[in-house]
Amino acid sequence: MPFNLLVFASLAYVTFLFCVAFLVERRAAAGAAGWLRSPVIYTLSLSVYCTAWTFYGAVGYAARSGLEFLTIYLGPTIIFVGWWWVLRKLVRIGRQHRVTSIADLISSRFGKSNLLGVVVTVICVTAATPYIALQLQSVTLSFGVFASATADGWAKPDGDVTSIWVAGGLALFTILFGTRNLDANEQHTGVVTAIAVEAVVKLVALVAVGCFVVWGLADGPRDILARIEASPMAQWEMQPSRWSGLIFLSAAAVLCLPRMFQVLVVENIDERHLATASWAFPLYVLLMSLFVFPIAVVGLEVMPAGANPDLFVLTLPLSQGQGGLAMLAFLGGFSSATSMVIVAAIALATMVSNHIVMPFWLSLRPSRAVAGDVRRLVLLSRRVSILVILALGYAYYRGSGGSAALAAIGLISFVGVAQILPAMLGGIYWRGATKVGAFWGLTLGFAVWAYTLFLPSFGADAVLSAEVMAQGPFGIGLLRPQALFGVAGMDPLIHALFWSMALNTLAFCAGSLLTFPGPVERVQGAAFVNVFEADSGPARSWVAQDGAGAEDLLVVAQRILGDEEALAFFEAQATAQGRAGYLPDPTPSFIDQLERRLAGSVGAATAHAMIAQIVGRATVSVEDLMAVANEAAQILEYSSKLEEQQEELTRTARQLRDANDKLTTLSVQKDAFLRQISHELRTPMTSIRAFSEILTEGDLPGALVTQYGGVIHEETKRLTRLLDDLLDLSVLESGTVQLNLELSNLRAMIDRALASASHTRPERVFTLDRDLPKEDVFLHTDGDRLTQVFINLISNARKYCDAANPELRISVRRKGGRVTVDFIDNGSGIPKDKQALIFEKFARLTDQTKAGGAGLGLAICREVMANLGGTIGYLPGQRGAAFRVTLPLRLAKLPK
Amino acid sequence: MKRPLFVPHQTYKQRRLRDAARLLPVLAVFLIGLPMLWGEEGSDQRQTGADAIYLFAVWFGLIVIAAILARRLTKGDVQPPESKR
Repeated sequence: MPFNLLVFASLAYVTFLFCVAFLVERRAAAGAAGWLRSPVIYTLSLSVYCTAWTFYGAVGYAARSGLEFLTIYLGPTIIFVGWWWVLRKLVRIGRQHRVTSIADLISSRFGKSNLLGVVVTVICVTAATPYIALQLQSVTLSFGVFASATADGWAKPDGDVTSIWVAGGLALFTILFGTRNLDANEQHTGVVTAIAVEAVVKLVALVAVGCFVVWGLADGPRDILARIEASPMAQWEMQPSRWSGLIFLSAAAVLCLPRMFQVLVVENIDERHLATASWAFPLYVLLMSLFVFPIAVVGLEVMPAGANPDLFVLTLPLSQGQGGLAMLAFLGGFSSATSMVIVAAIALATMVSNHIVMPFWLSLRPSRAVAGDVRRLVLLSRRVSILVILALGYAYYRGSGGSAALAAIGLISFVGVAQILPAMLGGIYWRGATKVGAFWGLTLGFAVWAYTLFLPSFGADAVLSAEVMAQGPFGIGLLRPQALFGVAGMDPLIHALFWSMALNTLAFCAGSLLTFPGPVERVQGAAFVNVFEADSGPARSWVAQDGAGAEDLLVVAQRILGDEEALAFFEAQATAQGRAGYLPDPTPSFIDQLERRLAGSVGAATAHAMIAQIVGRATVSVEDLMAVANEAAQILEYSSKLEEQQEELTRTARQLRDANDKLTTLSVQKDAFLRQISHELRTPMTSIRAFSEILTEGDLPGALVTQYGGVIHEETKRLTRLLDDLLDLSVLESGTVQLNLELSNLRAMIDRALASASHTRPERVFTLDRDLPKEDVFLHTDGDRLTQVFINLISNARKYCDAANPELRISVRRKGGRVTVDFIDNGSGIPKDKQALIFEKFARLTDQTKAGGAGLGLAICREVMANLGGTIGYLPGQRGAAFRVTLPLRLAKLPK
Repeated sequence: MKRPLFVPHQTYKQRRLRDAARLLPVLAVFLIGLPMLWGEEGSDQRQTGADAIYLFAVWFGLIVIAAILARRLTKGDVQPPESKR
């Protein structure tokens, strides 16, 4: 096949991918992505796991080590069918925190620490470089296969030239699509779709070659099985340590490889896609590996001894004259290589730019966080990073000479990235994991990996001398790179995996247990571990600062997100704050959301640092958190105070309402009383006027004159009594009453009162209930006034007690320095609603006024008792009317 | 907060479905690790073809179970709701 045709086909294929990516980006931008956002595309994009190593290398692996090649796919299968455990959580965290890369995940989880970001980036770049070299090698080799098979005079192309062209072309493609714009959430729809197309191409190619081998060269599956048993591959021995170790390794790698994290978490647009991928991705890799064994078996039989089994996929069809099939296989391998390199380069460039270039630049000129053109800088740094990463891969390829077996390089790379696993799993499941622990674990694991696996892989005397390899450094046997601490006889790869993971995990746990996490770390830790609990976004990490201008924030956002997007975001936030049309207030929650949005473009640590430049605080101290807590406490206190005041107001209002009711009632009573008193005054006045008129006419017999004079006298007495009462009351109220204090006997006073009161309704016979010995008390008080009170109470009982056989109980009790005298009758008592009124002036109950009182009696009693230093009150619940008089045994001081 | 002892049938089934999803990788590890214990007494000779058939069968079976579980787990709701563990 002409070499030109091959180059042309490759270019045409790349151009086709380019068009796919371009059209998809256009459609996505127009908002018509439709099926492009389906779970199928997502699943197919995950196929970046299957690189050229899988495509070509798996056959070679199978030819050398039998079924062991399956471990590389069984590990991811376990992880995917167990998606409910880890993947689901990773994807949720990635979406909620807008994680841009695996380095960003680790850095963000451990308190937005940029140091960790740098460490993870270094590990990933170091581990990925040989892998990228591997892809360049495979493409170069596949070109070489075609060139050597040409019969038309084309010389075998120079491998170095081919590889540099491939590296350059891939760099160009990656830059064109990976860094066309700075996406808000770091998603590349176009590239992902192109990767999905490549996934289909490589699957179809491998299956096509497989079918050709099984049904074209062999005689169906049964024949293949027979050939397997007869082939040297049947001699394969399963080593349990390698079998389980490699399954663990590939499971770890599928979680930790930067390119897998990119397509799995960063490019995920819908969590439900993961559910589909949980079975569809294992199915994809099953189909990819289904024909590996048959191809290897038939290849070993058909191809001449010494042929490179890594290239059977290409050489087998070619040797059978199937040029078209070989071309398809070539494109499949080409697809595998390009898709891996593109995604890995994008992922690594994002990490390098976000965790190394940007923080470095920010630390150089902090002031430009606000003023500089960050957008262009980020894009530029990513493009340069892509070039550097591919250049590194190329350099490694040239340096290593491309001699090592493909599978070996791939596994070394896997062990390297697996060092991130403890920090990652610890970070999302263990709140106690700390930054220091993660740092110790990562660096120790990385160092052990480099010492026991990576550096020895360059060959004896390349980096580590043969002497060190055999005797250990400085002759310390315990530190031999491939027999650490005396563990000899282990497969070197498993040995490195065992020691690096063990020491890594140990250091991680020890560091976490021994150190104390900072506030941001704790906040982030809780947010990551409890990501599924309702609305557990990262707690507020910003304390509003004076001078954090919304304008400054807007400028930064524009630099990173672009003018329109930043404005839209600010407008939405302002509307949410109820300030539509203005810039939003820089509240903690707003700043927090802005930071997360920016983190989607430049990574959490950088976004945090940039916001810190403006808001004025790089780290949140415990004091800040305490301040927030205090604020909350103050608000609580304030609201409880408000509640208290509210209660007091309610109480006062109720009292006022009661007072008002009382006033209204009193006013009504007063009106009634005025009517009453005018009536009372008028009745005697009328009769006095009438009789005095008759008397002035003369000519009256003496007896009549005497009688009429008597009537006039009685009426004036009544008037006088009424006026006396009123006068008395006013004197008592004003406190100017003259008290005549003397020692008097209570029983004598009661006797006197009973005698006086017997004139009231003398027809009624009362049964008296007294305890005479108890009444024998001497009081130092005004006896006449007190008797007046008693008379009043007894007369009231005589007047109002409505029982058929009226009774009056008078009980006296001494308590401390006071005496109480109760007057209790067996009538119907005073209704509850009237009890509050009876002691008021002018108060009288209904029209039950037949006894002719003016309604001043009890009011006078109250005033008298007040003057005597005692009280008088109504005793409710005694069945009849009951009054209690309380007074001191000895009135010491005259009240004013 | 205390969780109720009895939950509606639907909720109960949903929870057991999640348990199944969590247990599936354990089953996978067991089945895939099983060939390590095979091999005839006193000989390292393996039935490579049979092993391959076994592994592919297990693999395919896991995919089928995962597909059924994924379908049931995501049925109806937009985002699978998570119960606190």
